[in-house]
Amino acid sequence: MIPIDITGLTRDDAMHLYQEMLRIRRFEDRVYQLFLKGELPGTLHQYQGQEAVAVGACQSLNSDPKNMDWITSTHRPHGHAIAKGVSMRGAMAELYGKATGCCGGKGGSMHLGDPDVGMIPAIAIVAGGISVVSGLGLAFKLKKTGQVALCFFGEGATNEGAFHEGLNFAAVQKLPIVYVCENNIYGASTPFHQTSLVTDVADRAAVYGIPSVIVDGMDVVAVRTAVAEARARAAAGDGPTLIEAKTYRFAGHSRGDARGYRTREEEAEWADKDPIERMALAIISTGLADAEALAAVRVAVDTELEDSVEFSRNSPDPDPSEALTDAYATPITIGASS
Amino acid sequence: MSTTSSTTPVKAERRLTIAEAIREGIAEEMERDPSVFLIGEDIGIPGGFGGAFGVYLGLPEKFGHERIIDTPISEKAIAGAAVGAAMMGMRPIPDMQYADFLFECMDELVNQAAKMRYMSGGKLKVPLVMRCPVGTANRGAQHGQCPESYFIHVPGLKVVAPSDAYVAKGIIKAAIRDDDPVLVFEHKLLYGSKGREQAGGLDLTAHVPEEDYVFPIGKAVVKRVGSTITVVATHLTLYRCLAAAEELAKEGIDCEVIDPVTLQPFDTETVFASVEKTGRLLIAHEDTLTGGWGAELAARVAEERLFSLAAPIKRVASHDVPLPVAPVLEQTVVPSQARITDELRKLAKV
Repeated sequence: MIPIDITGLTRDDAMHLYQEMLRIRRFEDRVYQLFLKGELPGTLHQYQGQEAVAVGACQSLNSDPKNMDWITSTHRPHGHAIAKGVSMRGAMAELYGKATGCCGGKGGSMHLGDPDVGMIPAIAIVAGGISVVSGLGLAFKLKKTGQVALCFFGEGATNEGAFHEGLNFAAVQKLPIVYVCENNIYGASTPFHQTSLVTDVADRAAVYGIPSVIVDGMDVVAVRTAVAEARARAAAGDGPTLIEAKTYRFAGHSRGDARGYRTREEEAEWADKDPIERMALAIISTGLADAEALAAVRVAVDTELEDSVEFSRNSPDPDPSEALTDAYATPITIGASS
Repeated sequence: MSTTSSTTPVKAERRLTIAEAIREGIAEEMERDPSVFLIGEDIGIPGGFGGAFGVYLGLPEKFGHERIIDTPISEKAIAGAAVGAAMMGMRPIPDMQYADFLFECMDELVNQAAKMRYMSGGKLKVPLVMRCPVGTANRGAQHGQCPESYFIHVPGLKVVAPSDAYVAKGIIKAAIRDDDPVLVFEHKLLYGSKGREQAGGLDLTAHVPEEDYVFPIGKAVVKRVGSTITVVATHLTLYRCLAAAEELAKEGIDCEVIDPVTLQPFDTETVFASVEKTGRLLIAHEDTLTGGWGAELAARVAEERLFSLAAPIKRVASHDVPLPVAPVLEQTVVPSQARITDELRKLAKV
């Protein structure tokens, strides 16, 4: 395993990045166990392996509540949500379908999000966020707020029509948007090379007249640097950038995916690039902190995590009447006979 | 109530077409609220069209191109941008040149606009107004559909269908101020622009007050008071029903004609009250028969007022085929005045 380059990082900064990635990893591992135990309804699309992308990207965004940047996410949103600042309690309770969830139990795994921290509910239609993020960027541009919108999507989304319409529109309007494509190679089971003769998603930016960059998606610092540059460009009014982060999801596409479409050798190759392990190695090898300090971070993360599980277990179900609220801002009579 | 008479006439009636009324309503709201903006294809290009039916003519000069945004031919981008901007506190008015193009952005409307508030547990709102011209006008299968009914089936969306200039100005203003996504369906033969003789030589102007007013979403208008049959219709079909009613009045058949104006939420109370009086109901629309909004209304009347009915509910709609171009074929498909009159006559005798 090769450690990432953390030259110039302070101890606090490096430890923070490590902790943020670990929060996602531990959350996802725990969620999987809870799911197998039957505690969580629905389905799961997990994020293990891609943590450097969510954390690196969100760490470059403005989180000042008065003028915060926003993100859109996908059917695989847990990592994005935690990285953007959705509380672990709020996220976990949402997966439990509890009233205390960040969407009151109405969003669930695939629509995780919280406008209070600058994340609209995740959009589980592939490339759906690419359509909608244009509007976030347009609003920021019209209001001249200096805010930026960041759109996460997978390489599979780049074969949707929304990708073409969205990037072209954002380019021509010079919208303050950062597109972050997480190329984890597979759209469900189908490898990208079987769906596109273009090897790198980044190459597609040229046809919209916008810049792109390929970044190691298993390197949190590299992602953060690339997104910071793209964010600055967007905020300066120079328009969107397409960032392609080469990454890998360690888990299957969704629950119960036996991953028969890829080899164990390939998986081992990517496991050797584990973004969290590489970060840990870098921290230790540069002497920023020792193994004991990293272990203390793990304890802190697990304490927070178990608190979120207990919080969720002890939270009430939503009142059944809540099912009929929030469809409209101005309530209307629902149904013929009510 | 009558929509064409003012209660306090102090000066000569100012009469506008629907196109002019909508333009005025939008302009007033843009003046009042800086978060309102227009976005669509061919809406503000200098020397261009002012939108597909000229509704926006003059607005770019007044409000500038920052608030009247011309887009590529990208309906998904238009709708998506509107949804996103609405969530961020703007009040976008996205424009479809033809309602048929809505099918290009069904994901943005049905999966995003309609559901974002709900999925967020009520934390977000999506106040957008999608303008969509409908109605057949010898343009064939892909430029004349009336797809209103697809959208009444989508919880989270509101659907309005104004048919006269007074209502049009008031309801576009109400829609812009509404905090939910509203689709506004306007009939292209009712805009009142030149070359619309196909509308049957109707006077398509109406009195439109200069002052600020809204026409509430969810409120029907009784266009003609009668006692024999309740008729519910929208758009051009509404005017055919009104003409049929005048024709049948000479035969002693006295129709009460209702313009529902809003299709979701539907003002069923106004229809129920009328049906209690007449005992007979005919629903007419240019949308095709199967699954049209008339089917929903018929079901609600059957559920709630079956015992007020003296005869089965009748629907008159476009036949379940795509739209042809040849005028003789087209007029066979849509609900003609003759077909409406015929069905009303039969219904009166049941």
